[in-house]
Amino acid sequence: MAPEILLIWALALPLIGGGLTLCFSRIPNLREGSTIVVALALLLVVSQLLSHTLNGETTQLTLFEMLPGLSLSFKIEPLGMMFAGIAALLWPINSLYSIGYMRGNKEENQTRFYLFFSIAIFGVMGVAFAGNLLTLFVFYEVLTLSTFPLVTHKGNENALAGGRVYLGILLTTSIGLLLPAIIWIWSVAGTTDFTAGGILYGKISGIPLTVLTLLIIFGVGKAAVMPVHRWLPAAMVAPTPVSALLHAVAVVKAGVFSVVKIVVYIIGVDTLTAAPWADLLWILPGFTIIVASVVALNQDNLKKRLAYSTIGQLSYVVLGTLLIAPFSIKGAALHIVAHAFGKITLFFAAGSIYTSCKKTEISQLNGIGWRMPFTMSAFTIGAISMIGLPPAAGFLSKWYLLLGAFEVDQIAAVCVIIISTLLNTAYFMPVIHAAWFRKESNESVLTYGEAPWPIVGALLLTATLTILLFLFPSIPFSLISAIPL
Amino acid sequence: MDSFFNEVISGALGRYNYWVVIFLMMSGFYVVIGSTNLVKKIVGLNIFQTSVFILYISIGKINGGTAPIVWANAERYSNPLPHVLILTAIVVGVATTALGLSLIMRIKHAYNTVEEDEILAISLEEDEDE
Amino acid sequence: MIASHLPALQVVVPLLGAPFCFLLWRSPRLSWLLATLISWLTFAISIALLVTVNNSGTIEYAFGGWQAPWGIEYVVDQLNAFVLLIVSGIAAVVFPYSWISVQQEVELRQQSLFFTSMVLCLAGLLGITIAGDAFNLFVLLEISSLSTYTMISMGRDRRALTASFQYLIMGTIGATFIIIGVGILFMLTGSLNMQDLAQRIPELDQSRALHVAFGFLITGIGLKLAMFPLHLWLPNAYAYAPSAASAFIASTATKVAVYVMVRYLFSIFGVNFSFQTIHIQWLFVPVSLFAILFTSIVALFQRDIKRMLAYSSVAQIGYMLLGIGLFNVTGLTATLLHLFNHALMKGALFLAMGAVCYRIGNTFIDSMQGLGKQMPWTMAAFVIGGLSIVGVPLTTGFISKWVLIQAAVERGWWPVIIVIVVASLIAMMYIWRVIEAVYLQSRPENAKNVSEAPLSLLIPVWILALANLYFGANATLSSELAGNAAATLFSGTGF
Repeated sequence: MAPEILLIWALALPLIGGGLTLCFSRIPNLREGSTIVVALALLLVVSQLLSHTLNGETTQLTLFEMLPGLSLSFKIEPLGMMFAGIAALLWPINSLYSIGYMRGNKEENQTRFYLFFSIAIFGVMGVAFAGNLLTLFVFYEVLTLSTFPLVTHKGNENALAGGRVYLGILLTTSIGLLLPAIIWIWSVAGTTDFTAGGILYGKISGIPLTVLTLLIIFGVGKAAVMPVHRWLPAAMVAPTPVSALLHAVAVVKAGVFSVVKIVVYIIGVDTLTAAPWADLLWILPGFTIIVASVVALNQDNLKKRLAYSTIGQLSYVVLGTLLIAPFSIKGAALHIVAHAFGKITLFFAAGSIYTSCKKTEISQLNGIGWRMPFTMSAFTIGAISMIGLPPAAGFLSKWYLLLGAFEVDQIAAVCVIIISTLLNTAYFMPVIHAAWFRKESNESVLTYGEAPWPIVGALLLTATLTILLFLFPSIPFSLISAIPL
Repeated sequence: MDSFFNEVISGALGRYNYWVVIFLMMSGFYVVIGSTNLVKKIVGLNIFQTSVFILYISIGKINGGTAPIVWANAERYSNPLPHVLILTAIVVGVATTALGLSLIMRIKHAYNTVEEDEILAISLEEDEDE
Repeated sequence: MIASHLPALQVVVPLLGAPFCFLLWRSPRLSWLLATLISWLTFAISIALLVTVNNSGTIEYAFGGWQAPWGIEYVVDQLNAFVLLIVSGIAAVVFPYSWISVQQEVELRQQSLFFTSMVLCLAGLLGITIAGDAFNLFVLLEISSLSTYTMISMGRDRRALTASFQYLIMGTIGATFIIIGVGILFMLTGSLNMQDLAQRIPELDQSRALHVAFGFLITGIGLKLAMFPLHLWLPNAYAYAPSAASAFIASTATKVAVYVMVRYLFSIFGVNFSFQTIHIQWLFVPVSLFAILFTSIVALFQRDIKRMLAYSSVAQIGYMLLGIGLFNVTGLTATLLHLFNHALMKGALFLAMGAVCYRIGNTFIDSMQGLGKQMPWTMAAFVIGGLSIVGVPLTTGFISKWVLIQAAVERGWWPVIIVIVVASLIAMMYIWRVIEAVYLQSRPENAKNVSEAPLSLLIPVWILALANLYFGANATLSSELAGNAAATLFSGTGF
């Protein structure tokens, strides 16, 4: 099939999936079966697109033009391809997991859940393949709005309050900061198309450029650079599959992906280097990394700890981008992939524990490794990847980030990465230690074993992928080397 | 000195039609704004509109002019157009008055008063009740 | 043969149709059918006029063959052909809708009268738009206003009566101001024909009387279009009027008043006089910015959603005046575009509220809780209209705001952009309040269960909702029409 047709399918399939879940809302088996089939079909389509991209083809498609120069258009380039690839790969696995989780916990409104999940994937595809800033913005908001019903799935006061924070912060930052930035870019450059080398060279410089960059960093609230990170812990009221895919992969990655994409294809690496104080911008994510890690240390709730860990890890990507060194930007792109696999494994594990024994606090996890050996093995692999040790994918991206920091002589940034690695170790090791080496408390009379097989299967798959990515990183590497820097 | 007074007085009195108009307009306007009785408001509105009718009619009149009928002895004619315009405006005014009065009747029926402040008090109570 | 009389027919059809509607008072259904037929006919005529104007330029129609400036003249150019299309188009959607809604909200004996008033109002609005002379404009303005007061007073709540009365007083003061202004213009120039006036006014540039006339006219029109702070009549009038009337008036009457403002500022007084001698932009920009922020905030605290939409309308009118105040072609394009877009979005929203009112009897936010499950189609249309008010991409609201911001960028007025963005955020909050109540709350215990609104209400709602999406995704047509009209107005060739 021609890549243009494939692109349309990639956007349409999630919507078709959503439609099918609505049609089969009364027949759960068919409903969930169709979700998985559609997810696999999407994976097939995206892998076809991937092979086109690896051959060096670029694909463009304009859906419609609202005003002259203002259009909804798509363009496939390596960075977006990578993001779409992760989402497409993890969606079927996550669907499998969702089935186990939603049934295991007897959640209500499952049709709504699958429907909005599909729409969210539609948003992700749109963000990944966006051809200009406006399109990116539109799908960014589609993603925000479609995930709201997922976040508030439980429907109680607590979920609603969390949802309000979630939506409030994401919409306010995107409309209040990102949209003006887009208008600004459009007014000086006359276009918002993603172009290799950026479109702002010679159009804007000096302090305004720095201000514009700040508008983007904070405007993309999904990247969760402090102080606009509060939505992420708030969104942890969501059911675990949502937290897993959306808050380890889709939503947060859409954020950092947007930052990388805007810096590379709109501002332009060379243009940004010349901006005043550009060499200090990395301090924002650097600060976030350290603070988030320290906060994570003090969280007893497992999902909360993972959430703060995510905030820190996201800032690695932003940090890599804002160091403005070719190596660090490649490291940032790679970290999007590495973190996705590692973090989804961790969330899956947290959900698995909750499903089988309703435990949510780290202090309750003593000796759980022997009860749930698969789950905790996968958790351990995910944690290793987060810390950045071989043989997990996190090692590769951290290595590139460090190389980049040395390249631009930012010794302070090197220190931040090293300190945060120590902190990562400090907040993951206790969990692993408790799970494997502590004795279960005697009061526990509960007998429980592993979670249902879809859950275990899903988390083993992602754990395996984390290691495979370390061993065979050729596809992401060829994609990141194709990013025009 | 004399000529100065002449100028001022003729300037002021020569355009007396405007003074009348302004006086009527302001008193009408005041009645509309200032009174709380709805009927008085309509009366004020009528005075206000009447002032405009006079403004139009008075500017159509030319000293020594005669009715606009072709006549051998006529030196100059007054402009008939303002009269025609104002006939239309009067019709509009009458329609407005009629509608206003019928509204007042229904308000009286519904609220049992035509005083604006009393109606306002009742409405506020209703707002709170809801 | 008929084609050459289209400009006259545009007004004459509804004007003569109205008495027949009234004569059918024994059967409201027949008078409604006639009204609907008339609205479709006028819509067809306005399309034909627009096509003619685009192909062969401005149409000048002299009544009874008496040539202007002596005779009465109707002039159709790109600007008012566009406005005619908006007004008759909205009428063609709202009139079919009105039957069911009016049956429930208006007393039986008044129903025919209601339809008659609606047709008369349509005639007045179309007449204002098409009239080529200043006095005719006044008369038709009063025809539309009087019929509007009548429609509002037919609301079920007794507060509709006071709202209507208040509007009557304010509206008549406004109309009287307008005719004072027209009178002074007539004294100065001896003419009432707009084109004629436009030619004579530049010579009088420094005349104090001309400045006074300008002041009276702007204040008068400002009252009619609810320019902040002359908007006090509007919220009650929209909130208590029968739903069909709210939808019709909200999406047409203020639009036509904005058209009159544009016509006076640009065509009659001329760009030089309005903007370089008087500097009207220094009135419009601060007033509209304040209106946008202030009334958006007030809208946040309304319990009655119809009233919330009314306050939002005042804010949206602020956007239109802001476009004029930016004083460049792009800004005027934004104003004209927003005339069209706002008619679509407010039409959809008020119609959706009408459907809600039909089912649950009011439009209070607390009685709408949990309605999303019971009236999914109505509420989905409301969401589309709401997104458009906020200015989300792919809706018409985004297009207007985008062009408006573009105009502000051309001027380099960054604070204006900030105000627009902040107001959009506030709009998001007040729309979100409704969405949250409707979708996330559950139905109150004692509330009766309702079903989806009937199709004859849903179809018009969805026509407008889909139009919001269509003209948001493909604004080439509407922006071209608005852009051409704005360019003509600015070039000073006026008509």
